[in-house]
Amino acid sequence: MQYKDPRLLVQPSPLLKQQMTTHQTMRDLLFALLPVTFAGIWLFGFSALLVILASILGAVATEWLFSPAEQRAARLVDGSGVLTGLLLGLTLPPALPLWMAFLGGVVSVGIGKLIWGGLGQNLFNPALVGRAFLLATFPNAMTTWSTQASGEGFFQWYPSNFALPFMQPHYDAVSTATPLGLMKFEQQSTALPDLVLGNTAGCIGETSGLLLLAGGVFLVLRRDIDWRIPAGVLLSAAIFSGVLYAIDTSHYPDPLFTLFSGGLLLAAFYMATDPVTSPLTPRGAWIFAVGIGLLVVLIRIFGGFPEGVMYAILLMNAATPLIDRYTQPRVFGKE
Amino acid sequence: MLALSTLFKHSFSHGIHPDEYKDQTAALPTQRMPFVERYILPLHQHLGAPSKPLVEAGQQVRRGQVIAGPGAFVSTSLHSPVSGRVKAIGQRRFPGGRYEQAIEIEADLYATQRLEVDRPPDWRGLSLDDFVSVMQGTGIVGLGGASLPVHVKYSLRKGVKIKHLIANGAECEPYLTNDHRVMVERPAALLKGIEILHTLLGAEKSIIGIELNKPDAIASLGERIPSGQPFRVAPLRVKYPQGDSKMMIKSLLNIEIPKGLHAADLGIIMNNVSTIVAIADYFDTGMPYIDRMVTVSGPGIEYPANLIVPLGTPVREVLRFCGGLKAETKEVLMGGPMMGTPIASLDAPIIKSSSGILAFTAQQTARPKEVPCIRCGRCVEACPYFLNPSKLARLAKARQFDKIKQANVAECVECGSCTYSCPSGIPIVQLIRGAKSEMRGKRGKA
Repeated sequence: MQYKDPRLLVQPSPLLKQQMTTHQTMRDLLFALLPVTFAGIWLFGFSALLVILASILGAVATEWLFSPAEQRAARLVDGSGVLTGLLLGLTLPPALPLWMAFLGGVVSVGIGKLIWGGLGQNLFNPALVGRAFLLATFPNAMTTWSTQASGEGFFQWYPSNFALPFMQPHYDAVSTATPLGLMKFEQQSTALPDLVLGNTAGCIGETSGLLLLAGGVFLVLRRDIDWRIPAGVLLSAAIFSGVLYAIDTSHYPDPLFTLFSGGLLLAAFYMATDPVTSPLTPRGAWIFAVGIGLLVVLIRIFGGFPEGVMYAILLMNAATPLIDRYTQPRVFGKE
Repeated sequence: MLALSTLFKHSFSHGIHPDEYKDQTAALPTQRMPFVERYILPLHQHLGAPSKPLVEAGQQVRRGQVIAGPGAFVSTSLHSPVSGRVKAIGQRRFPGGRYEQAIEIEADLYATQRLEVDRPPDWRGLSLDDFVSVMQGTGIVGLGGASLPVHVKYSLRKGVKIKHLIANGAECEPYLTNDHRVMVERPAALLKGIEILHTLLGAEKSIIGIELNKPDAIASLGERIPSGQPFRVAPLRVKYPQGDSKMMIKSLLNIEIPKGLHAADLGIIMNNVSTIVAIADYFDTGMPYIDRMVTVSGPGIEYPANLIVPLGTPVREVLRFCGGLKAETKEVLMGGPMMGTPIASLDAPIIKSSSGILAFTAQQTARPKEVPCIRCGRCVEACPYFLNPSKLARLAKARQFDKIKQANVAECVECGSCTYSCPSGIPIVQLIRGAKSEMRGKRGKA
């Protein structure tokens, strides 16, 4: 029998590999956010869809513009631009002028990610960088909360969406306050079922607590995100606000209100868990998560803003290199 | 019940759970590979100094005859696996691809290939020092992968008292089943070997560590342990890299060997089960280390098998015995899929550390496209030595060798758990290996 050798690769081991890839993780995140996105569109009407699309467009266009020509196609499909745009869109008020949402997307990807050196290099969560920019630049538009449009209002949109660039938007829709605003400025609580189901004013993607929780659990089960971070954020926020609630029940919100109001669930599962901007080791993740929970409660209750999730995460992002430095794994056999 | 109680037992931290792929060969009884025409015996197939040839080209040799002696204390002997004639001593292919000094033997096709060796000494009359010098003459090396000549491990420093003897039957590399088959088919020899070592060392306890995916081995050994002997079988949770000696010790005894110390310093000696069987065989028949168990498996192999192969058999002949490589084969590894060496030429021979010949197709060899590290920390959670592989890889890429030293690169055993777990497709362990071999100032094996 004549035996001919095949052409053999000489590729070093290991040849086995687990299946999960970074791109698949991003697709899972997008998938987990779909129900929340649809709920936001249902609750706040067609406007919400337009705001989300504008912010995704801004993010993806920036990614495309600043990518080397030969990498453009790959960057567009890797999903990180779309994900950043979607996360930003979900944290915007539904009546925001579209040009602002677009600008937010540009800043998220441009200042939040690309300027640092692209995927994996940024210090701060890109979507929250965009949101912080918008809040600082357009404080009025970013804190005008429209009443929900669900039902007959679905196909109506807020005229303020179409304000011309650099013009002040004109609000004629009925505006209202978010549960956190009511709590802060009027000491008025919101019923838990409304918070869980999303029948409140707020950002497009932050109101339906149940769907946020479901998507988050999906991600934890798929091991796309580190379970320690949402667990740490939610537990510590509940405990810190529980302590205050125990001290004075009439003055401070109860822990369940803390968990289900504002952007805490959205942030705990989808933003704080961004691996790039959170610590590397499990021990670091716990410190990071507890820090966020503590800061959220402090800002909400003692700060000037009704909501503190965004600043809490950005502050802990800034602390991440420091946390990493002090939580490097201990080498085996070394005390 | 067995499985349940083990779940709550201690194991080493971190590690990974790759698919095992052992079903192809786990139940196949061992076969003996027939003799072939040509044997290549590299002089340096163990840790330490190369062996020195004791034969010349043209000389007749018998199966079992010593053909090379130890070149130093950390070195061992080499024996002819076949009766025949020394054809040449010269540069021959080594599995990793480079050429190395080797003895080539042409088999006598009409010889009976009967083993004709001197009677071994009675182990009961030996002191530990005698045992060490006897072992250096047998050519037996540690078969778990490192190929440390076995006598080196037993030449203990003064004052060291061994409490625990551990037989390592973890066989945590996927695909490989040769240790498994040894434990199933030759439990008596393994227990005999443990008795010899246990007695010589004056050990207090002997433990056979076996992963739970080998229930038949656990059962057959457990039944045969002689009553009154302080031996026991310890079932272990299946986890890679359990076969690493420090991980095995952590799992079995919950002892973390301090950095810089050896197991013997803490009164522990560990050998692979196949090594112990080879020692028992020597004291039984006087057979030096000339045949080894090889698992031939993987998706590119027509007829997977567990084989007893004479050392020096060219890989090509082993593959031919197993029906040849399938046309879609892309790569052949010697050893396991996690730590094995890619074979550059099928002329390379089976050496003392060749636990497996595995053939892979495009499905395993395809590398995912490398994307940037997103700091997900999966490599950190996989590394059994608690290193930060992502950092090591970054420093290796940047060739910052002083910093990589500070990051404890020396502790890395190159188990590959980091590369396995990286979702960004970064070849972490390969980068680390490259940096290490560059720091050693010479080209590495693979």
